[in-house]
Amino acid sequence: MYWDWSFAWDSLPALLEGLWITVQLTLGGSVLALVIGLVLAMLRRTNVEPVRWLIGAIIEVLRGTPFLVQLFFVFYVLPKYGIQLPVLATGIIVLGLNYSAYTAECYRAGIEGVPQGQWEAARALNLSTGRIWRAVILPQAIPRVIPALGNYVNQMFKDSAIVGAIGLFELLNTAKQIGGLTYRFLEPLTMAAVLFLAISYLASIGVRRLERRMHSAETAGADVNPPHLALGKPA
Amino acid sequence: MDQVAAFLPYFFEGTWVTLQIFVLGLILALLVAFAAGLGRMSSIHAIRWPCAVFIEVFRGTSAIVQLFWFFYALPLFLDIRLTPLMAGVLVLGLNQGSYAAEIVRGAVQSVPLTQWEAATALNMPKRTTLRRVILPQALVAMLPPFGNVAVDLMKNTSLVALVTVLDLTYRAQLIRATTGETTIIFGLLVVVYLILTNGISLLRRMLERRMPAGLAYAPGRE
Repeated sequence: MYWDWSFAWDSLPALLEGLWITVQLTLGGSVLALVIGLVLAMLRRTNVEPVRWLIGAIIEVLRGTPFLVQLFFVFYVLPKYGIQLPVLATGIIVLGLNYSAYTAECYRAGIEGVPQGQWEAARALNLSTGRIWRAVILPQAIPRVIPALGNYVNQMFKDSAIVGAIGLFELLNTAKQIGGLTYRFLEPLTMAAVLFLAISYLASIGVRRLERRMHSAETAGADVNPPHLALGKPA
Repeated sequence: MDQVAAFLPYFFEGTWVTLQIFVLGLILALLVAFAAGLGRMSSIHAIRWPCAVFIEVFRGTSAIVQLFWFFYALPLFLDIRLTPLMAGVLVLGLNQGSYAAEIVRGAVQSVPLTQWEAATALNMPKRTTLRRVILPQALVAMLPPFGNVAVDLMKNTSLVALVTVLDLTYRAQLIRATTGETTIIFGLLVVVYLILTNGISLLRRMLERRMPAGLAYAPGRE
């Protein structure tokens, strides 16, 4: 079998439509993962023992089981209890939940990197806990973990292809469908792979550049945080 | 419930299939990791370049894309027919191997340059230096991230269900379709995977405790 350029060209529009679904999955999943991960990371620092234990257990289950299994679980089990979700929404929710376990660890590293003195100083100023998180801790914790979060978004983009397993026609499943209809799998699957590769490669270059910029900003003595938020350097 | 009970032996046979894919995939991943990871640091262009391209391509696409490509496209392309199990092991090994290759490279580069210099001063050939001086030290640094690779590999074995390998996930799907006992069988599936991944983490911790023993120099201890 040889490579047929005209067939490859003809299947491109359908593949791009699939890519658009993949992008939606990635963006939706990212927003969820970035928000839920932050909530998990903050809740993990609470003094209430049962909450901390529960959060730990949730993260453990999310990290210890395959994404595909989580996807099947939500897709097949929830309708049994009367919760019907569109396939795209199911994919976004499971992607977001799965990755929130990883982003939570990321945020945790960032939060633990903020010196203890910042907490003490904020308390001494009588700031409320909510205010301390919002105005003191998070503005220092989040910027330094942005490159790592970017890597997870990139990883999510690649993993979103698994959502095709529950019948969503994202990029990979579209390619497979074209192959199934025409019995020419080579062109569509190869093009899907090349699209994935190109986008994730560019994204990884972007993340690396971001990393370098933040690193050089730190070593140059400049603070990566906006000046009005730099409440003093760690000793 | 009784219906599911009748299928349990069939389900647990899947554990064996999953473990088989995991072990074979891990062996392949380790071989690939050292070949590609060390190859990428070679001073010879003709070795360095293909290794770098291999690593970037397999890290730049996900295991499922590669699996479908090897399963559906490759047979048409090269006239090679892989059994679903072979395709699964091959793809998982190459995919995780490309991640592990970067771990190998990072660990070898983390060994201080003075170790190379000292070995050169002792008139030790490069190959011997790598084998007797550098790798034993780098190995200790590789172990924790290799543990993560192994856990990822275990989780990725579930993907082979999508190319009709009768692993745990595919069997759970079949039992769900036959009995309709969705919650029980998928709940069980989750528990089995949790046990498997935690078992790997446990094994890793045991290995980590034993590894540095008898090593006069460990990375980070200068």
